[in-house]
Amino acid sequence: MVNLPLFIIIPLGVAFFIPMVSRKFKWVPDILGNLTTFILLLLSLMTLNREYVYHIGGWRAPFGIVLVLDGLSCLLLIIINLISFMATLFSIEYIEKRFTSKLRYYSLFLLMVGGMNGTVLSGDLFNLFVFMEIASIASYALVGFGCGSSELEASFKYLVMGNVGSLFILYAIALIYGKTGSLNIADVARILKEIPYDNLIGFVFVLILTGFMIKAALVPFHSWLPDAHPSAPAPISAMLSGVVIKAIGVYVIIRIVYNLFGFNQIISNLIVYMGVISMIIGVTLALLQWDLKRLLAYSSISQIGYVFIGIGLGSPFGILGGLFHLFNHSLFKSLLFLDSGSIEYQTGTRDLNKMGLLYKKMPITSFSTLCGALSISGIPPFNGFWSKLIIILAAIKSGRPIVGLWIVIGSILGLSLFTKVLRYSIYGKGEKFEKEKWENLKEVPETMCIPLIILSILCIFTGLLLIGMENGIFGPVIDVLNGGVLKYINKIIGV
Amino acid sequence: MNNNEKGMSIIVKTVTRWIKGFIFLFGLSIVLFGHLTPGGGFPGGVIFAATFILITLAFGKEYVLKKIGKTLASELDSLGALLFLIIATLGIYFSGIFFSNFIEKTHPTGNFKLFSSGIIPLCNISIGMKVGSCLFMIFIIVSVVRVIFEDGKGKLITTEKKDKK
Amino acid sequence: MIYYLCFVLFLIGLYGVTCKKNIVKIILGLCIMEYSVNLFLILLGYRKNGIPPIINKGMEINEFYNKAVDPLPQALVLTSIVIGLGILSLMVAIAIRLYQRYGTFDITEMKKLKG
Repeated sequence: MVNLPLFIIIPLGVAFFIPMVSRKFKWVPDILGNLTTFILLLLSLMTLNREYVYHIGGWRAPFGIVLVLDGLSCLLLIIINLISFMATLFSIEYIEKRFTSKLRYYSLFLLMVGGMNGTVLSGDLFNLFVFMEIASIASYALVGFGCGSSELEASFKYLVMGNVGSLFILYAIALIYGKTGSLNIADVARILKEIPYDNLIGFVFVLILTGFMIKAALVPFHSWLPDAHPSAPAPISAMLSGVVIKAIGVYVIIRIVYNLFGFNQIISNLIVYMGVISMIIGVTLALLQWDLKRLLAYSSISQIGYVFIGIGLGSPFGILGGLFHLFNHSLFKSLLFLDSGSIEYQTGTRDLNKMGLLYKKMPITSFSTLCGALSISGIPPFNGFWSKLIIILAAIKSGRPIVGLWIVIGSILGLSLFTKVLRYSIYGKGEKFEKEKWENLKEVPETMCIPLIILSILCIFTGLLLIGMENGIFGPVIDVLNGGVLKYINKIIGV
Repeated sequence: MNNNEKGMSIIVKTVTRWIKGFIFLFGLSIVLFGHLTPGGGFPGGVIFAATFILITLAFGKEYVLKKIGKTLASELDSLGALLFLIIATLGIYFSGIFFSNFIEKTHPTGNFKLFSSGIIPLCNISIGMKVGSCLFMIFIIVSVVRVIFEDGKGKLITTEKKDKK
Repeated sequence: MIYYLCFVLFLIGLYGVTCKKNIVKIILGLCIMEYSVNLFLILLGYRKNGIPPIINKGMEINEFYNKAVDPLPQALVLTSIVIGLGILSLMVAIAIRLYQRYGTFDITEMKKLKG
């Protein structure tokens, strides 16, 4: 049996252990950071297909703090720890060359991982808030890690938006406590089912949804994302775009909508249309960008829109599509951000106009960019195709063909977006391309290539996860969500 | 009179020299009796930090940075958090549950005793260490920013969340 | 009634964050929002003529239940104050750095990131 607090103890402990020893031994942060994330990856793979409720300090469920492991948490745990292992592997060389303080980098990175693991596992509203704040504070600091003027500006913007979101959430939690007298998610859900609906509950729902939508960067609240994600170091961009907005945004929205308040038609409409608007606006704005990382950041907004459409449809098929797309998006978006990082590492630029003909000089990077771009735009053998197909089919099945049509339009726009990336950076050349400067370009070092290769292989083959979906990784997840509020209450309180 | 150029006037320095030990001891007593009286790790740690901030204001930043140094403050900061985690983790090995109170505890009603609540005094001590050094670091990083300009931003406090237990 | 006043304070803070151009004023707005939430949490646990939530010797459990204030919001407020302290210190550090880079506190002059 996996001890659930280990997911929180290990990263936090190592995060505080690193600054103590590594002033004397310079090699410690690299080794410890990679070892930690690798152990966490193994532990999270061991949690597959298990369900477990852990009572901290031995106190029973409605009174003490509980950690809950179910299918959804398990999926998110695997995503978080896989991507964080890839990012730490990538950052050995990257941080060495471009930034100074490895000690603080790994310390903050592991704090962020620990906070996200805690968010995903927590079964208690306030604890969820605290862990979310740990992850967000660490990510605010990591966005401004370079200490240049644009980094600081992006970090301040992210901080103000994120803090307003957090305060909305805290206000909603206070209102929930005042209304129900409990903070345990299952207990709150039980009490909310018993008391009649009134306007206060609707107000709480709107507050909490607004707060987490700011964290997840849906379209009316997206303005921090295109600044914050490009300004961070590349592994952190991969983490932010691939994991953070999902672990502290999308996951919590799913949990709250399905397991706390219960799902109904109004919420379904709200989430689906927010998703559609987000998808179309994100990809349209992305088409106008010439900065590679900024383009990828806008594309993240659009992809989160697909996830929300899938979740909001509410049928098991739609949930499957949404969660599968969430998984795939974390793979290919972190792959693309790592690629942009390795291009920046070697060439020193992010402007698409100044790039060109990378396939001759950097074969591995260009191949993995090709994989990522094909799967994000939904070309058949890659995983992005399958998840988009499932979402479209689910939309048609649940009687919303218009939504399906919008998804197709969004996909076509996305395809043109990534055709632009491939055309200017890898197979063609930009307008300001200078040939002399690019003559002695080399491939990035091996430790940076390994995560790129692993993620590209995963991008090709994760489509196979769909086979046997009833028993595979997605079966328990759909069970959790489809069972709705009652099943969740029964599991934790054990009525 | 060379001494007067750094820091504040001689009156402030003399009073500070007398009073700093008492403030520190007050903080220590608040930390140690945290499980019996109002107080605990966080307020005690704030008082620790206040002692050092008072010394910084009175004697000037060079004096404090020479005596303590931000390396030591940073290490104390990490050590406090690490101690808290170790205490919590020891619960797994003694009783199988994270955060369980594995030291024998007695009911404190009637005569209040110092050793009556298991691991809570130990937790308070580690939190006090963490909070004190952390607030001191925030103070010197924010106020004396020119001294440590090359150093980036300080480590953030994020583990004091656990002092609610 | 007093709960509505808390919400009004929250909205004042939100106004400060959204409409002011000075970084220091934005930070103050965020502080006001946070304190209003803390005030609201504390008020939830408040009870008139309440006693501290400690069981003394010879106290009836019913009397305790009827008179003691709710201790949980106080713990929550302590935690949220600590989080607020962390965020505040980070914000101030970033604001100082921004002032060093740009020489101004006006956010309309900081526009390196656009599009």
